[in-house]
Amino acid sequence: MRRFALIAIPYFWLLALFLVPFAIVFKISLSDIALSIPPYLPQLDLAKGWEGFTKFLGALDFENFEFLMMDDLYYKAYLSSLKIAAVSTFFTLLIGYPIAYAMTRASEEWRPTLLMLVILPFWTSFLIRVYAWIGILGQEGFLNQTLMFLGLTSEPLIILNTPIAVYIGIVYTYLPFMILPIYSALEKLDDSLLEAAEDLGCSRIKAFWLVTFPLSRGGIIAGCFLVFIPTLGEFVIPSLLGGSNTLMIGKVLWDEFFSNRDWPLASAVAVILLLILIIPIILFQRNEQKQRESEG
Amino acid sequence: MTEALRPVFAPWNDPDEKPLIQFKNVTKRFGDFTAIDDLTIDIFEREFFALLGPSGCGKTTLMRMLAGFETPTEGTILLSGQDIAPIQPNKRAVNMMFQSYALFPHLSVWENIAFGLKREGMKGDALNSRVDEMLRLTRLERFAKRKPHQISGGQRQRVALARSLAKAPKLLLLDEPLGALDKKLRQDTQFELMDIQEKTGTTFVIVTHDQEEAMTVASRIAVMDEGRMIQVDTPARIYEAPNTVYVADFIGDVNIIEGRATPSGEHVQIAWGEGVSDITGTTDTSFEKGDKVHFAIRPEKVSVNVEKPDDTPNAFQGKVLDIAYLGNLSTYHVEMPNGQIIKAQSANTRRLSRRAITWDDTVWISFTATAGVLLKG
Repeated sequence: MRRFALIAIPYFWLLALFLVPFAIVFKISLSDIALSIPPYLPQLDLAKGWEGFTKFLGALDFENFEFLMMDDLYYKAYLSSLKIAAVSTFFTLLIGYPIAYAMTRASEEWRPTLLMLVILPFWTSFLIRVYAWIGILGQEGFLNQTLMFLGLTSEPLIILNTPIAVYIGIVYTYLPFMILPIYSALEKLDDSLLEAAEDLGCSRIKAFWLVTFPLSRGGIIAGCFLVFIPTLGEFVIPSLLGGSNTLMIGKVLWDEFFSNRDWPLASAVAVILLLILIIPIILFQRNEQKQRESEG
Repeated sequence: MTEALRPVFAPWNDPDEKPLIQFKNVTKRFGDFTAIDDLTIDIFEREFFALLGPSGCGKTTLMRMLAGFETPTEGTILLSGQDIAPIQPNKRAVNMMFQSYALFPHLSVWENIAFGLKREGMKGDALNSRVDEMLRLTRLERFAKRKPHQISGGQRQRVALARSLAKAPKLLLLDEPLGALDKKLRQDTQFELMDIQEKTGTTFVIVTHDQEEAMTVASRIAVMDEGRMIQVDTPARIYEAPNTVYVADFIGDVNIIEGRATPSGEHVQIAWGEGVSDITGTTDTSFEKGDKVHFAIRPEKVSVNVEKPDDTPNAFQGKVLDIAYLGNLSTYHVEMPNGQIIKAQSANTRRLSRRAITWDDTVWISFTATAGVLLKG
């Protein structure tokens, strides 16, 4: 009985905060846009009893999903989001791994401070930090002023409102999510393994590729998913830094919902996005489980 | 075959023998802490050399210098006559078995053993047959495909050994190799280690804090304390003829009796307190009258009797304080009239013998004149 109660709590949590909202969103995605409050039809009228319920079911259809297939804006937005998420995950890994590695090589007394510095940006609002990048990357921004002051460029570089600005923003924002799991994987690594590798004839670099890197794979995979999954639906960064040139599904969703007030279509976009995300999420879970098994 | 005809393995007594490893006035400091203090020693080929001492005595530092993970602050280390200081650990003909075993958790047993060989560029059949040979030597054939976390502690220990032996090093370093095993398995593995050492003809240097282990496996033992070698000798000599109170006390169980020496002919008389007669001992070192002396005697060399034995120079009366029954042996703690407690041991050769001696009995302890060792200072 107690065991059942323990398991029931997280399941209830999932039910209330994930499954029920998803069911509502899914229901809205099957509805039609209408000029009413809320802005879709049909509404479930429980006062009419069973007849009302069947009438309600009969009015639901997949029109919105069909529309998503017809208009190439949507599938382009999905593809572009996937590309941006994949490329920024790659760059986050490229920058994050050396940082995590350096942190584990630092002396014991410095590690908590370094860890603190990685987490420190979270103490400021995410929105403010992204706005700050507008100040840095703009035509009159700090970056261009510095570059021109140093004489490296004569014309200001146009970075803001291009995909490059989006990549910079994403890599900057999600870097801690890459660093932390890799750091925790590397920190568990026993130094004697590297000594053993050297003792058996490896150079330092070879020992890194044959021992350190494969043993931090779990951390790398976890970090990549932690960056890739939220980036795919990212809305704030592309809309603030990417201007109108960057097409991302998060932005499309926002426009449908708030500008067009087309809740059903926006819901359909969200449902498809979730379906796309389910695959990496399942892979992520499997990786975590495998990790736990090999440690156990 | 008699003992005299059999060649005794003792290269350290042969002046023509070239040592494999030579430490020449080696000192190692970490900041202002001196881990190794002006140490000079020779280790010979095919030796099973044990470094024995409490933790922090510098034995691990010594071993890490041989492996190449530490460099001496002063002095030189020669391997086959060549200074090894500038040689990187990955280029030395020395392999190490780590205390934690340091098996690669992402590789199978087979891959772990093949790791060093692959770095040498060994491939194909040569690689397969060498790895299989190592698996056979360490009786691991059945576990070749398993990962380290899927085998037992004793098997892991053997994988670590096989991996470090695979490259056929001139010198194998073993850092507390049996520390993680339980007592029974440890004893079996000790004999296995000796067997493998003999089969492969590799020189072994083993670090241990377990004196029993060192006694069992080693051809010579170096007892270390605070970065210095206190005594380097065969297990028997270390046990029977310790050169200091420290060595006597560190190896095995011992009674240390403090007293004043009086030489008399070939014997030395030791006064050791009020109410007890002098101890008669023999020694090669010369003592002046009144010199402070420590008399060290092993409990098994002291016998306990109810009646006073007549044919011995050393017999003292005392009271039994405690009896520790160990199964094969019993240890008696006997209190002397001067308050000193002497441990005496006797073998329980008869099953369920009637206890002739029990608590609070008055007994006689006795030993011969040559049973103990006289140590200065």
